[in-house]
Amino acid sequence: MAATKKKLVNWEPANVKEELLKKYPPKVARKRAKQIMINEAEGSETPEVMANVRTIPGIITMRGCTYAGCKGVILGPTRDIVNITHGPIGCGFYSWLTRRNQTDASAEGAENYMPYCFSTDMQDEDIIFGGEKKLAKAIREAYELFHPKSIAIFATCPVGLIGDDIHAVAKKAKEEFGDCNVFAFSCEGYKGVSQSAGHHIANNQIFKHVVGENDADKPGEYKINLLGEYNIGGDGFEIDRILKKCGITGLATFSGNSTYDQFASAHKADLNCVMCHRSINYVADMLETKFGIPWIKVNFIGAKSTAKSLRKIAQYFDDKKLMERVEAVIAEEMPEVDAVAADVKTRAEGKTAMLFVGGSRAHHYQELFAEIGMKTLAAGYEFAHRDDYEGRHVIPDIKVDADSKNIEEIEVEADPERYNPRKPVEEMKKLEEAGFQFKHYDGMIPDMDKGTFIIDDLNQYEADKLVELFKPDIFCAGIKEKFSIQKLGIPMKQLHSYDSGGPYAGFQGAINFYKEIDRLVNSKVWSYMKAPWQDNPELSATYVWE
Amino acid sequence: MLLRHTPKEITERSALTINPAKTCQPIGAMYAALGIHGCLPHSHGSQGCCAYHRSALTRHYKEPIAAATSSFTEGASVFGGQANLLQAIQNIFTVYEPDVIAVHTTCLSETIGDDLNQIRDKAQKEGKIPEGKHVIGANTPSYVGSHVTGFSNMVKAMAAAFATRTGHKNGKVNVIPGWVEPSDMEEIKRLAAMVGVPIILFPDTSGVLNAPLTGEYKMFPDGGVTVPELISSGDSLGTLALGEWCSADAARWLDANCKVPCMILDMPFGLKATDRFIDALRTVGGVSVPEEVMKERGQMVDFISDMHQYFYHKKVALAGDPDQLIAMVEFLVTLDMIPAYVVTGTPGKAFERRIKELTKDVPYECQVKAKGDMFLLHQWIKNDPVDLLIGNTYLKYIARDEDIPLLRWGFPILDRVGHQYFPTAGYKGGLRLLEKMLDLFLSRRDRDDPEQTFELVY
Repeated sequence: MAATKKKLVNWEPANVKEELLKKYPPKVARKRAKQIMINEAEGSETPEVMANVRTIPGIITMRGCTYAGCKGVILGPTRDIVNITHGPIGCGFYSWLTRRNQTDASAEGAENYMPYCFSTDMQDEDIIFGGEKKLAKAIREAYELFHPKSIAIFATCPVGLIGDDIHAVAKKAKEEFGDCNVFAFSCEGYKGVSQSAGHHIANNQIFKHVVGENDADKPGEYKINLLGEYNIGGDGFEIDRILKKCGITGLATFSGNSTYDQFASAHKADLNCVMCHRSINYVADMLETKFGIPWIKVNFIGAKSTAKSLRKIAQYFDDKKLMERVEAVIAEEMPEVDAVAADVKTRAEGKTAMLFVGGSRAHHYQELFAEIGMKTLAAGYEFAHRDDYEGRHVIPDIKVDADSKNIEEIEVEADPERYNPRKPVEEMKKLEEAGFQFKHYDGMIPDMDKGTFIIDDLNQYEADKLVELFKPDIFCAGIKEKFSIQKLGIPMKQLHSYDSGGPYAGFQGAINFYKEIDRLVNSKVWSYMKAPWQDNPELSATYVWE
Repeated sequence: MLLRHTPKEITERSALTINPAKTCQPIGAMYAALGIHGCLPHSHGSQGCCAYHRSALTRHYKEPIAAATSSFTEGASVFGGQANLLQAIQNIFTVYEPDVIAVHTTCLSETIGDDLNQIRDKAQKEGKIPEGKHVIGANTPSYVGSHVTGFSNMVKAMAAAFATRTGHKNGKVNVIPGWVEPSDMEEIKRLAAMVGVPIILFPDTSGVLNAPLTGEYKMFPDGGVTVPELISSGDSLGTLALGEWCSADAARWLDANCKVPCMILDMPFGLKATDRFIDALRTVGGVSVPEEVMKERGQMVDFISDMHQYFYHKKVALAGDPDQLIAMVEFLVTLDMIPAYVVTGTPGKAFERRIKELTKDVPYECQVKAKGDMFLLHQWIKNDPVDLLIGNTYLKYIARDEDIPLLRWGFPILDRVGHQYFPTAGYKGGLRLLEKMLDLFLSRRDRDDPEQTFELVY
């Protein structure tokens, strides 16, 4: 018995946009107008969305910083690297176990530093006289305590300002130790405009310092890497289960449930499968250029997408045995998924959702909602670029502004010994002619209905306004947004950390998600907000017992 | 094991902090500023700082945390953040309409050397601060002190920005509660009202960070100390500052600048600290303590005497913040328990001295370290185990590995609720602490006792 809500009627999308903008100072309104799009997509025309631009100071953004993207997102889930934050204590503290990246370190002798937070805890004297000495000492103390195979250093804001050369310190330590790969990330929080810059910096350094370090052959058939999967709430475990069932060998995951050696051996795979295009497409490109491994976009969020992605992988390997096995797995998994979806659909059909999260999830999760008959009214990313909205074909047209220019682009060339195109040109061509798409991503917009909203870098004010105007049945974003939305009486699902739930990827994940959404949109909770006496507040002269 | 790499053998570390028992200044400033009614905290730095602080506070309170940021880019980091802050002030007053913007700095803006006062004056001159609205600021460099220092700096900034001495005493007592939960602030107000002393409590996050669900989102909930109250704090009879680390600076500022005399007390956790608080309150207020307060105290003493056998000589390891730990250690000693290991990440030799003083008659060589970390605490435990852990959620990794019960108390608590609603301050709060500790000890016995000695009655 959900509370009856008044739905928005008679609001033209253009009026909604005007409503969102009208309180802003003119300069703010002009800028936001370019980031708020009404989807008029019909056929090939997709509107241009301004994305990956600076957040306006004072406008309460959902975004975080470059350090968060680098240390928190990309390197956070790798369990056997000692990650040392070089800076005052806060950055290391806040990125300590807060992202729900699960890891399986149950193997005998496995290293797992994820429950630890390492920091140089810079003090004022380090800011004044430089922090390099303290950093060098901290690296040595970590090495002597743990003897890890790798130590990574992460710069915080003041490090860049005072000019500590963290790369030189790392290099020296690496040379001294001999058996520990020490490398650093210049991921100061002020760089770029969001977490996205941090992903790029992380990708570059991992590629430079780790990928290709282990040339030992890896056993298994149909070797793939999964890129942009972070094992939040166990997503990666579910994907691994399915891949294994299909007989596909996952070599490396960037970076959910990952180890140093996975990155080091990633160049031994024959195909790269990209989940979160935004955070990791750089590595996919570099692996192709240097080692000749092609990449495809996959999506394991949503049962149909999972099936589609598996078929795509099988098609790439062009192997009858694999194709049959994939079909058998899909046939085995789908009945349960379909049954739950059909049941939930009877209660969820026609309900509405809004998704403002990440660089891929606001797109991928629309599919899961669609599978239970729910409609997405508005969606947008927190830190994506135009290609994530409009598709990769716009990449050549994206203007590189000052904020992107200062993020290093590394030059990668074909490895003289190890470059090995995984398929002959003719075979690749044949696949493409059959409709198989490499390095392809159409972005979010083509999958959204006409008249829906696409809003980049949504802020607190606009989020509350959208909820007030549309009264969606569910709103999806992150922890900072969760409770202001719920105070409005609308259930809110975190799609960064999944609240306490998950996995939501793959077949079992889809089932979990349908049930979770059923719980949220059909909950009685939201009907308790008014006390019985509030419906009839006037006291009458007669009391019931008279 | 979760913390499988922590060795028993303790080696000297001088550069590497592992598993910190503190975080940075700005989050304390943000929490304090949320205790002013109609105030939007503002983080002058990269937007990541603000995102991290909001996330941490949201996870702790399960409440919306509204706060804005100057969103520094590389350009601002080179040329200074003045333009960003000016723009932010204008946007905030236009879009969110708070009464007060409480700006705190970050390591970034501090390293650059941005001058908050100068930027505020410029905003004022340029008409970016509407009539009757306020912008206050506190310097909170992350590389000095800890989150506790940031809290203290913002509380002092509140006094400095608003407190005004008119020469006419207002008949009230300022109470600066320190970094305690909204429920504790509510409890302090309830106790003062029972004793019959009118107080100005600042900051006051009750009603802000434990707000009801009504179907309406108020960016500025009903709670918080009001600006007129803060102004009036300069005319109060006196100030009771609860906690040297959190509250003393503001109290001393009021003493020096507004001639409001102050007393620095411990936070009112446990029997004796609460006794001293009530005693100070009745003295400065010139009233006698009413029977109902005596009754609450008597209930607490009754509980202690009834259940003393279960507390006696139990060893405890604690991690947290100085003011809270001082009060808690005293409380444990009061119960004849043994606060064996005490760690705070916040620097301060005075803390170590105070803990040593409090534990000097305890029949155990108690270890204490300021500027310590949970890695060290864990190593101490590995060398000689304890019966109970007290501290924030991060201790649950030690609790699980070493199979020791954990009393969640402090900041942040990310995996339980209750601290928003149920105080641990005062006598009633003390009862709750006792009940929780006792439950942990006895649940353990119910789990571990062999069948032959398993008992119905405790």
